Amino acid sequence: MSKRNDERVAETVEADLIAALGPPTRAQKASFLVLGALCAWGAVAYGYQSRHGLAATAMNNYFSWGVYIVNFVFFIGISHAGTLVSAILRVTGAEWRRPITRMAEGITVFALLIGGPMVIVDMGRPDRLHYVVLHGRIQSPILWDVLSVTTYMTGSLLYLYLPMIPDMALLRDTAAPLAPWRRRLYGRLAIGWTGTPDQWRRLERAISVMALVIIPVAVSVHTVVSWIFGMTLRAGWHSTIFGPYFVVGAIFSGIAALLTAMALFVKFFPYLDRYITLDHFKKLASLLLAVNLIYIYFTVSEYLTMGYTSETADRKLLWALFHGEFAAMFWVMAVTGLLLPALLLALPWTRTFWGIVTASVLINIGMWLKRFVIVVPTLSRPFMPVVSLPGQPAHYVPTWVEWSITLGAFSGFCFLYLLFSKLFPIVSIWEVQHADERHAPAATRAAETFEGPAAGREALA
Amino acid sequence: MDSDRRNFVRHSLVVLGAALTGGPAHAAEKAAGKTCCGGACAAVAATGAAAARAPGSEPDAAREGTPGRKWVMVIDLAKCDGCGACTQACSKMHFVPPDRQWMKVLRMQESEHTAPYFFPQPCYHCDNPPCTKVCPVDATFKRQDGVVLIDNDRCIGCRFCMAACPYGARSFNWGHPQDPPEAKAQHYSAEQGFPRRVGTVEKCDFCPDMAAQGKLPACTAQCPMGALYYGDQNEDAVTNSQGETQRLSKLLLDRAGYRHLEELGTEPRVYYLPPKNRAFPAPPAKEHAR
Repeated sequence: MSKRNDERVAETVEADLIAALGPPTRAQKASFLVLGALCAWGAVAYGYQSRHGLAATAMNNYFSWGVYIVNFVFFIGISHAGTLVSAILRVTGAEWRRPITRMAEGITVFALLIGGPMVIVDMGRPDRLHYVVLHGRIQSPILWDVLSVTTYMTGSLLYLYLPMIPDMALLRDTAAPLAPWRRRLYGRLAIGWTGTPDQWRRLERAISVMALVIIPVAVSVHTVVSWIFGMTLRAGWHSTIFGPYFVVGAIFSGIAALLTAMALFVKFFPYLDRYITLDHFKKLASLLLAVNLIYIYFTVSEYLTMGYTSETADRKLLWALFHGEFAAMFWVMAVTGLLLPALLLALPWTRTFWGIVTASVLINIGMWLKRFVIVVPTLSRPFMPVVSLPGQPAHYVPTWVEWSITLGAFSGFCFLYLLFSKLFPIVSIWEVQHADERHAPAATRAAETFEGPAAGREALA
Repeated sequence: MDSDRRNFVRHSLVVLGAALTGGPAHAAEKAAGKTCCGGACAAVAATGAAAARAPGSEPDAAREGTPGRKWVMVIDLAKCDGCGACTQACSKMHFVPPDRQWMKVLRMQESEHTAPYFFPQPCYHCDNPPCTKVCPVDATFKRQDGVVLIDNDRCIGCRFCMAACPYGARSFNWGHPQDPPEAKAQHYSAEQGFPRRVGTVEKCDFCPDMAAQGKLPACTAQCPMGALYYGDQNEDAVTNSQGETQRLSKLLLDRAGYRHLEELGTEPRVYYLPPKNRAFPAPPAKEHAR
């Protein structure tokens, strides 16, 4: 490829990705509106809860934790999308990662921004949040969580921001028409980037260091989340497998979340399908399948060791899961959240765009259910007999307040993520431009598309 | 953990002091700041010794506990007929709302063919408390007299302690508390647990304020069967509502005393005497769920 050609490619990439920042399409406008409204409804529900206390929830002295904690674990879980795909693929030099790293890193930051506060929503006295700093006891796994999640949050923000600097400078200087406030914003975020060799050297070193550092931090985060449960004397929670089990679960749901986001970008953003190709879906699908199988292995290992010896407390819990009041949820999780996706990802004739996207959505639903199945059933089977007292039912059905806040949290996450993708190029411009010829964006090659070479881009639309 | 270490140091000093001044009994009395001697002080301590200080006077005092004491409870299952007087007395004294009980009376039956029995259950005030370990803000703590308390001016309502307690001893103020006026009028102390605070955890407090005044806890004092005994392990003496004072070690030895779910390693301060030679017929058998 000639130098002239290279320049043309670079210009096309720039134009395509800046186009995605353009005025929101009708679908995007509608999404902002709906998500914003749901988010506001969640805020109303939280206002109600603040006035009436946690009595507004269905939690009671037996079911002392509920969907807020489930959401917390879920969001911290999908935050692993960014780390794994971006950091691990960067460290291992997997070139195909280039167009998807930023959208992965974005999921991390926004999932943490929503997941972290879920714990505050669950607190009986959010007004005393600062006591965690004033009177913090490092012996408590909650402090471990606070430390590792804040470290992870800081690290992920840095790790999202660093590779954005050259793009910010590019947008500051581009000839494309941009609103003046945007230009000011990009100019400030570019922190004086001019692209000197020295700046490039420093940036690349900083990115490599962050990529290495963020991996153990991410592993620690989900490990200590699992220890909130693992460090208690409760059947089903007190398990040595919980650390790695949660880490794998996080990576599993993280990749599924990333694939779901990729599908939405390809479908609803102009030109992004030139950069995110079926090849990316298939490569990530292989990774997802591998983690899916590891997760099935952990799940079988966990329940088989509990069930084989059948200690009284374990037996009661397993009965509740397999036959009892949680059976429907458990089996939906196991069959449509674990086994069916594994099949969809493994069989060649379902390893298509839609097959992969279906598997990813099923996994996300399944992993939310899985977290519910971890948190709630254990609380339903305490060591001591349950005494039924007025206002303390022996079951847990979340109230409208809990569902509204949950819906608000999910909407808030999508809203922030969508806003981010309209403010900043969701595909890293310079990283795609810098890809070597062999890995040039698909737009410059004979189009490889989701339905095969013949179908062309139209098939996507 | 800290208080354990402090206790260890203090205990070591007491032993050292005993070696120097002659006799452990003497040292224990010194530690308790009292001057009675021998076996006689057991009964005195359990029934009528003067308080070393005003109970619940200061938040820090409520965290320290009474020096030289190790409060302990013994529950004689052979004498419990499940009447629930202990629960009522406790709930009345602490203004406990109807949706929770600090002192429960459970109906137990381990398996289909083993004996059913009534099982009064307060907080066990464990010596290795899983609840205080996990508290992120030191709102729940272990005192030198063995009591585990909650400071509701400190509690952030994360409910990790409720998840950590394997006995379900803890309750939460989910909504705004409906304390009666006489409870609201009182000055809050961790030693009595009211007036209640929304969004905080509560539980049986082992009535250390009563004990410091030489009175039995409400549950123990009101048990018509004398099934509950309360006392000081350091003095090796426990007393029930009938005024019977027993030597703790002998009672546990003679009656094969045990602690519930010993295998969890929580080291409860509440002992049970098995329901052998019952004063009452056994409760009806339970329907056995899986």
